Amino acid sequence: MTSYRISGRGRIDRSKPVSFTFNGASYSGFQGDTLASALLANGVHLVGRSFKYHRPRGILSAGSEEPNALVGTHRGAGRFEPNTRATVLEIFDGLAASSQNHWPSLKWDIGAVNDALYMLFSAGFYYKTFMWPKSFWNKVYEPFIRSAAGLGVSPSAPDPDTYASRFAHFDVLVVGAGPAGLAAALEAGRSGAKVILCDEQAELGGSLLSETDASIDGRPGWEWLEAATNELAALGNVTVLLRTTAIGYYHQNLLGLCQRLTDHLANPPEGAPRERMWKVRARQVVLAQGAIEKPLVFAGNDRPGVMLAGAARSYLNRYGVKVGHRPVVVTSHDSAWLAAFDLAQAGAKVGAIVDTRPEIGRHLKERAAALGIEVLAGWTVTGTSGRLRVSSVRTNPVSRSGVVGRARVIACDALLMSGGWTPSLHLFSHTKGKLDWNEERQMFLPGEQTEACRCAGAGNGNFGLAAALEEGAKAGAAAAADAGFKTEARSYAVEGEIALAGVSHRELPTDRNTSRAKAFVDFQNDVTAKDIRLAVREGFKSIEHIKRYTTTGMATDQGKTSNINGLAIASDAVGKAAPSVGLTTFRPPYTPTSFGAFTGYNRGALFDVTRKTPIDAWAEENGAVFEPVSLWRRAWYFPRNGEDMRAAVARECNAVRESLGMFDASTLGKIEIVGPDAAEFLNRMYTNPWSKLAPGRCRYGVLLGEDGFIRDDGVIGRLTSDRFHVTTTTGGAARVLAMMEDYLQTEWPDLKVWLTSTTEQWAVIALNGPNARKLLEPLIEGIDLSEEAFPHMSVAEGRICGVPTRLFRMSFTGERGYEVNVPARYGRAVWEKIYEAGQQYGITPYGTETMHVLRAEKGYIIVGQDTDGTLTPDDAGLGWAIGKNKPDFVGKRSLSRPDMLKGNRKQLVGLLTADPNTVLEEGAQIVLDPNQSVPMRMVGHVTSSYWSATLGRSIALAVIEGGRARQGETVHIPMPGRMHAANIVGTVFYDPENKCLSALG
Amino acid sequence: MLLIRCPYCEAERPELEFTYAGEAHIARPAEPSKLTDEQWRDYLFIRSNPRGIHFERWRHQHGCARFFNAVRDTVTDKFVMTYKAGLPRPSLSELENARS
Repeated sequence: MTSYRISGRGRIDRSKPVSFTFNGASYSGFQGDTLASALLANGVHLVGRSFKYHRPRGILSAGSEEPNALVGTHRGAGRFEPNTRATVLEIFDGLAASSQNHWPSLKWDIGAVNDALYMLFSAGFYYKTFMWPKSFWNKVYEPFIRSAAGLGVSPSAPDPDTYASRFAHFDVLVVGAGPAGLAAALEAGRSGAKVILCDEQAELGGSLLSETDASIDGRPGWEWLEAATNELAALGNVTVLLRTTAIGYYHQNLLGLCQRLTDHLANPPEGAPRERMWKVRARQVVLAQGAIEKPLVFAGNDRPGVMLAGAARSYLNRYGVKVGHRPVVVTSHDSAWLAAFDLAQAGAKVGAIVDTRPEIGRHLKERAAALGIEVLAGWTVTGTSGRLRVSSVRTNPVSRSGVVGRARVIACDALLMSGGWTPSLHLFSHTKGKLDWNEERQMFLPGEQTEACRCAGAGNGNFGLAAALEEGAKAGAAAAADAGFKTEARSYAVEGEIALAGVSHRELPTDRNTSRAKAFVDFQNDVTAKDIRLAVREGFKSIEHIKRYTTTGMATDQGKTSNINGLAIASDAVGKAAPSVGLTTFRPPYTPTSFGAFTGYNRGALFDVTRKTPIDAWAEENGAVFEPVSLWRRAWYFPRNGEDMRAAVARECNAVRESLGMFDASTLGKIEIVGPDAAEFLNRMYTNPWSKLAPGRCRYGVLLGEDGFIRDDGVIGRLTSDRFHVTTTTGGAARVLAMMEDYLQTEWPDLKVWLTSTTEQWAVIALNGPNARKLLEPLIEGIDLSEEAFPHMSVAEGRICGVPTRLFRMSFTGERGYEVNVPARYGRAVWEKIYEAGQQYGITPYGTETMHVLRAEKGYIIVGQDTDGTLTPDDAGLGWAIGKNKPDFVGKRSLSRPDMLKGNRKQLVGLLTADPNTVLEEGAQIVLDPNQSVPMRMVGHVTSSYWSATLGRSIALAVIEGGRARQGETVHIPMPGRMHAANIVGTVFYDPENKCLSALG
Repeated sequence: MLLIRCPYCEAERPELEFTYAGEAHIARPAEPSKLTDEQWRDYLFIRSNPRGIHFERWRHQHGCARFFNAVRDTVTDKFVMTYKAGLPRPSLSELENARS
């Protein structure tokens, strides 16, 4: 055992030694240690370098508020985590941790030169230093800032761990298991309410774990804690979550709780999730978050060995670690005296208690005298020394008139400070609860609340064990009562507690030049008191501006130890009271939280739904290459014998044009519209007229938004007078149905129409090519496929291969086309039968790429590719699809708005490149004059572009200002390193007379 | 995540089940062709965007799929009440009752 580990103190398990490494050196600690306590037990205070100045830094706190002691942890391949706070990291056998932010080593760091260049890095240094010359930004300043900024190094390998998540509902949620939270949970639990109690630490108790003097109901505090823990465990209606941080408090009492499950284990169970995110909805919430100790602001307050007095007390009483042999205490608050007393009793030689207050309570002075501790009341601290660890403190008397007297230097190996306590209001603040400034106590307290919650204990400004227990019990009972459970708060008898008082300070008074002092306010972002005063001198008056200019409170600790000191100094500099300078906003998460915990199960295959058609497995077995189309995965092309994409698509295109191709069109959106007013409903929704469409016939429909722009399109078949089979684009199906439902439910509720999504009920096999009819004829029953009975744009019901079918005759390729709809469960079987029967025609399965090429050759648009939400039907060349005699349809009125009638609207045209082998890039911009200076005037862009095997050259569709009137003109498409010329042509490249739609093979 | 009461299901459900659908009580004009360009522009694009009480439409998309109306305070993000589509805008006294 090292000389810093005190026998007989602490809650660590001395029968279970743990070995770990820090920066490669081996150390040992005990089960129950944090990395911080174990390092301190080994005499290690230096654990990192600071963010901006690379100053040596030690351990400031003993909790999650730690700004300094951030380490990288290694848990095997892919399991590296940066910026873990050593003060909350539980050690386990084999843990490897390393310090950050230095090169080449922690003890000798080249970046520390920044500390000497202090003047360069003052408040707003980014804005000042890197302003000039402009050309330096990209090449010099930005790379420098990028490499210098940031704390730890990001992990580079994928995270191999799994993360869980869970929704839960409770009557009462208690955040924090210190005395207040325990008392609240006990009351609520005894009432029978369903209670959840969470605490970020590994065991229940909170501040009680560091308290060894007081007794509760006649029992030592730890005995009471054990009994309370056992009682909670025995209550079946109470859930206790340890190592669980309430990270955020959202509307209507929804809280996010991040539970760490395996990070503390040397050998986590195989497959166990690392963390679990609880999303808890509670009827009532009790916030018992406690308070965070404030550092004092004086020159050299960041040296390793300088730490919060309460932390030193925790290390001693909870972990059995003496943070120094010769500590000195500097404080403005009674609580730090307890640290001095405890350390003295544990054998430390306390050099002095320096208290800024001239008047000290007699009970404290007497106890200090009894322990032989010198008391310097009404003194200040003006500096520290020691390169990698504090070795002395410079302290001076301050007269009643404020004059700082002659300095006295006291040797020490630890300096314990306390500037009082700040109630932890983060979660309360997440709810937009109002914070009230208490001028006398110099702290914010919970004000008007917006949610069903109560604050209790130190988190409500009521410090001390007795107050915490009393207020916690009351809050727990009241919460249970409001949730509908009867109970009465019981009271607790606390003895041995010392009443705690204190005052608040800005920077401590000094006899030295303050412009050279490095008195830190924000340790993690390296912001000094001088920086804040400089920001105010430069004109920043609001704390939100001061924060952003100096970066105070903007580090990963969100200013837990620095916000109030920063605000006090800023309000003094501005010359206004703290509330008018304002408090910055706390935001979730309370402490840094892994992305994995937020992601939960939603990664990899579970990140999003992959919709597959009934024919998808066949495509996979037959070598299809897939592409995602909205949530669907669709066969993109079917390469054979090592073909590349271009060769496969050319072969598939030729097969369709010359004989027969088959295509899985099941993803097409389908909506069944039924009812006596179905035709009237379609009249109002679509641009086209529907009343006169005969049963058994189909029509291409265009759907606009009320703004007149194209939203969707598709072929609609009329089965009977009151039943329509509507198809939509693959990606638009849900949107179109929602839009239809909106109009039907809220604008025309009088119409007798019912809408049903049938997208997944039908499998759709598109057969295209001159041999399509010959193939189908022997397979179909009950439908006459002759040209007269079943012309282009027809629909009929019958049977195919013995199963029911809704057969469409339509074409999205320009060839004779049929779309065989069969109930989804028959999709694959019918597909295989057709494939077999089609062998005599060389039937060729094709994918979405071939479909795109074939439709582009015919100038058929794809909504969302050739249109972008700013095209009217006329812009897209679909003016013919507007029912001229219809009085109204969705979007009609917008088509006559002045901007819709302008002559230079972008219109859809075809493009043929001067070089037939050039395939333009989709999205490329188009200009009229290739020789104009940059920036050029862009008149449109390429929307679709392919190699056309049919035509033996490239083709493209584009939208161009006034494009239709420009047919025959040459436009130019600037691309990196080249300017392509192209000729504007019509949109139909293949079979403009539509002869092929009816051709027979 | 908000809890929203669907007036058709008569139950509070998490926001995940709902989609927002814009300001409420903006009826589509019966005869759009008779509107001036300015009137039609106002119908299409001009919305009240108030600070405070806002009448708005929601849809219980992943529940009963019905559209309904809601009154929400845009400052506190709290719902005052919800009511079925087609019902008139609630009066001030009705809103006060719902708040208390």
